[in-house]
Amino acid sequence: MIAVIDYGAGNVQSILNALDDLKVEYKVTNNETVICNSAKIIFPGVGEASFAMRKLHLNNLVTMLRVTKKPLLGICLGMQLLSQKSEEGNACCLGVVPAACVKFDESKVKVPQIGWNAVKIEMNSVLFEGIEANTHFYFANSFYMPVCDFTIASAQYDVPFTAALQKNNYYGVQFHPEKSGEAGIKLLQNFIEKC
Amino acid sequence: MLAKRIIPCLDVKDGRVVKGTNFVNLQDAGGAVELAYRYYKEGADELVFLDISATEEKRKTLIEIVKEVGKAIRIPFTVGGGISALADIEAQLKAGADKVSLNSSIVKNPQLINEASKQFGAQAIVAAVDVKTVNGKKRVFVKGGKEVTDLDGIEWCKRVCEHGAGEILLTSMDRDGTRSGYDVKFLKQVVDAVTIPVIASGGAGKVEDFLEAFEKAEIGACLAAGLFHYNILNIGDLKKYLKENNVRVRL
Repeated sequence: MIAVIDYGAGNVQSILNALDDLKVEYKVTNNETVICNSAKIIFPGVGEASFAMRKLHLNNLVTMLRVTKKPLLGICLGMQLLSQKSEEGNACCLGVVPAACVKFDESKVKVPQIGWNAVKIEMNSVLFEGIEANTHFYFANSFYMPVCDFTIASAQYDVPFTAALQKNNYYGVQFHPEKSGEAGIKLLQNFIEKC
Repeated sequence: MLAKRIIPCLDVKDGRVVKGTNFVNLQDAGGAVELAYRYYKEGADELVFLDISATEEKRKTLIEIVKEVGKAIRIPFTVGGGISALADIEAQLKAGADKVSLNSSIVKNPQLINEASKQFGAQAIVAAVDVKTVNGKKRVFVKGGKEVTDLDGIEWCKRVCEHGAGEILLTSMDRDGTRSGYDVKFLKQVVDAVTIPVIASGGAGKVEDFLEAFEKAEIGACLAAGLFHYNILNIGDLKKYLKENNVRVRL
């Protein structure tokens, strides 16, 4: 069973639709016990970082997310919250990955970045198995995580940034696999079957 | 780098897609979910659904269609028409929409943009701006193009940006349905005036019109409706043409 964390920061319906495509059993939950009894965790998120962190604290999920040994996939803001901090609302994040999220430069590119960006695979990972190099995925973000030691795929928007990361059992994607056509579904399938 | 987007727009009335000229003379163009799926398979980058009867009849957009569309396609889509409160926005997003477009309601209450953007993220909030030339000036219209306001087109686009909108969907009512090309000059002025992405709408008639909007107005996305509904232009063919002309697209 996959636990899809619903902590009040963004809606999860699109992810559930994609999981239905894959005929996967899942539970939508904010309950630590349910999450601890799951095989894998999907950690979504949209909206503002400090607001989302506050929601995680209110749901008592911060410690569990920091120490879990289960495969976890952070999506969009869910990936950014794995960093140490974000400029967005000056948020102190989960600190899984030693990186700090910052805002795109509005004087150089339109912010938010909205649309399909080509993703360059930087390091082999099961997450991208069967997915061609430079496949486009759908992004919608104003803040980004710079490329770091745990970046497994990058994209370019004024600057290069982390499109996907992996650290031990923690995976993260800045784009929305559930909105990225067949390649996105393939990535979710990889997470579910191979991670 | 980011690809330029092609966005079919589905004007929905009573669950059917309709397309008119200059916001009137509506013709039936098919079922919403089946068209959405067709466009997804043809390579559309996003979809926009506008419930065109919503504002005038004070009806809420068809949430059931949103749920069905969300099950059918794996690309983002925007829902608009008659959305006037945070609760409406939340309902649409929970049903599976990725973004909502706001039009008349934000002219009445611009603060709604700030509140919605804060609660749901700027990326979920599209400001739809309908502009028509009146006495040589670009004026903003509301209520599905039926009511003129005293707002200037460019000034209003700057304001929605300042209020925290994530995108602007800019429709030229002068060009809508005419297939005479996008209003490239005005689009460029807006693109230069705001820091958020702009979607061009109104006037697409042939592949060259899209190319012109991307090249000359540096627009992020082009929207069209009738052109796609009646199979005058295939999305895949359009994107191939754009790629051959050095526009970055997702194929």
